[in-house]
Amino acid sequence: MQINRPRLRLWTDYGVRYAVLVQADPGNPAIEFRNVSYRIGNNQVLVDLNLRVAPGETLVLLGRSGSGKTTTLKLVNRLVSPSSGTILVNGSPNHEGDVIRLRRGIGYVIQEAGLFPHFTVARNIGLVPRLEGWEENRITGRTQELLQLVGLAPELADRYPHQLSGGQRQRVGVARALAADPETLLMDEPFAALDPLTRDELQHEFLLLQQRLHKTVVFVTHDLREALRLGSRIALMEAGKLVTLLTPQEFVKSEDPWAAAYVRAFGGGLDSVANRGAS
Amino acid sequence: MSLLRFLIQNHTQVLQLTLEHLWLVGISTIFAMLIGIPLGIVIAHRARWNKPVLATANIIQTIPALALFGFLLPVPWLGARSDRLAILALILYALLPIIRNTYAGIHGVDAAVIEAGRGMGMTESQLLYQVELPLAASVILSGVRIAAVISVGLATIAAAIGAGGLGEFIFRGLAMVDDRVILAGAIPAAILALLADFTVGWAERRLRPR
Repeated sequence: MQINRPRLRLWTDYGVRYAVLVQADPGNPAIEFRNVSYRIGNNQVLVDLNLRVAPGETLVLLGRSGSGKTTTLKLVNRLVSPSSGTILVNGSPNHEGDVIRLRRGIGYVIQEAGLFPHFTVARNIGLVPRLEGWEENRITGRTQELLQLVGLAPELADRYPHQLSGGQRQRVGVARALAADPETLLMDEPFAALDPLTRDELQHEFLLLQQRLHKTVVFVTHDLREALRLGSRIALMEAGKLVTLLTPQEFVKSEDPWAAAYVRAFGGGLDSVANRGAS
Repeated sequence: MSLLRFLIQNHTQVLQLTLEHLWLVGISTIFAMLIGIPLGIVIAHRARWNKPVLATANIIQTIPALALFGFLLPVPWLGARSDRLAILALILYALLPIIRNTYAGIHGVDAAVIEAGRGMGMTESQLLYQVELPLAASVILSGVRIAAVISVGLATIAAAIGAGGLGEFIFRGLAMVDDRVILAGAIPAAILALLADFTVGWAERRLRPR
């Protein structure tokens, strides 16, 4: 698996064929884990993780609960600090420098969106720009732009999160993460709590969005279908270890026992789902 | 009707004692908030301090009011003026509900919301002022409400050490075995308690997060 040259990603979703040129800069992965371990007491959560995320790709961390995938994600924006090893973000170790700056440059989306219940949709979306001291009319403009981008009506801006549906809340969560236009997005099971139809819709829109924005995305899920559909590569994790790193196409055919076990558990018909990442 | 006549005849004194009472309760509740809310915030973030602080506030709460007034009487600066002493005692009693509710309010904020805020690059003080306190405000205020209502009742005992307030009527009435005089203290006190309950309760509902 080569990631260090530009690749053309082709895939079909809803009968539409997409082609995206994934720019992969050989020298500079957007995110790199070097010999990263993490333990709490005697519990080894992550064991010697080595992983590179290319700029513009969607790397899916797939695994069951307790496999260490969420911890891996949180290591990137320093919500968790490694016991040993280094995480490089845009080429520099993320433990050097200001943690607040680091986090504001990385979008973060979590399950159930984690929206502030006492903020309107507009204030939720404008959170990081406001923290960054943008001017009020620039924030308003950006908020409107983002509402449109994630497919929400402008009049929703003044609503509160509890007045929205689950799918709408999750869209607001994505819009909030994109507000200050970060290069990197961390998404922690963002669609897991949605009903199947809404999830399908949001996955589809995620693909459209990613086609336009080319963000570097690290996406955590336990759902193989979601991983195959959204990922340019899938990192399968089990018990704190990276088991294998494959494209969706490779994953469905893989002989690796863990990958094969996943494919079996999710039954047939996965070939058609798999994202075609061709070089 | 003789009670009504008594109130009308002594209306200046009723008014004066009511204002004294309000002063004792108001000033002590404000001080208790100034001490209790920061303490509650601290123990919500530093689990180590949680038990000792709450235990101390609990122990204070179990001291009978009359005994606490007695304990504090020999303290130099305090004992010089009985209203100082009464205010200190009322502050001590008001601390527990305020600390406990501040702790509970902040502790009860959805962890996912805090983590989202932190992950988006909010500093700890931005999290406190923009997320934790606004979301905990109604719970904190319900602690203040309990404290204020308890204080209205306890402040009547302050008259025993000469700190004034509506307790004056109650103690005088007890000594004179005159129900009218007791009620002249008790009824305004009850009204004050209801008023405190109502006004803080109103503020609490206004601040309740949706």
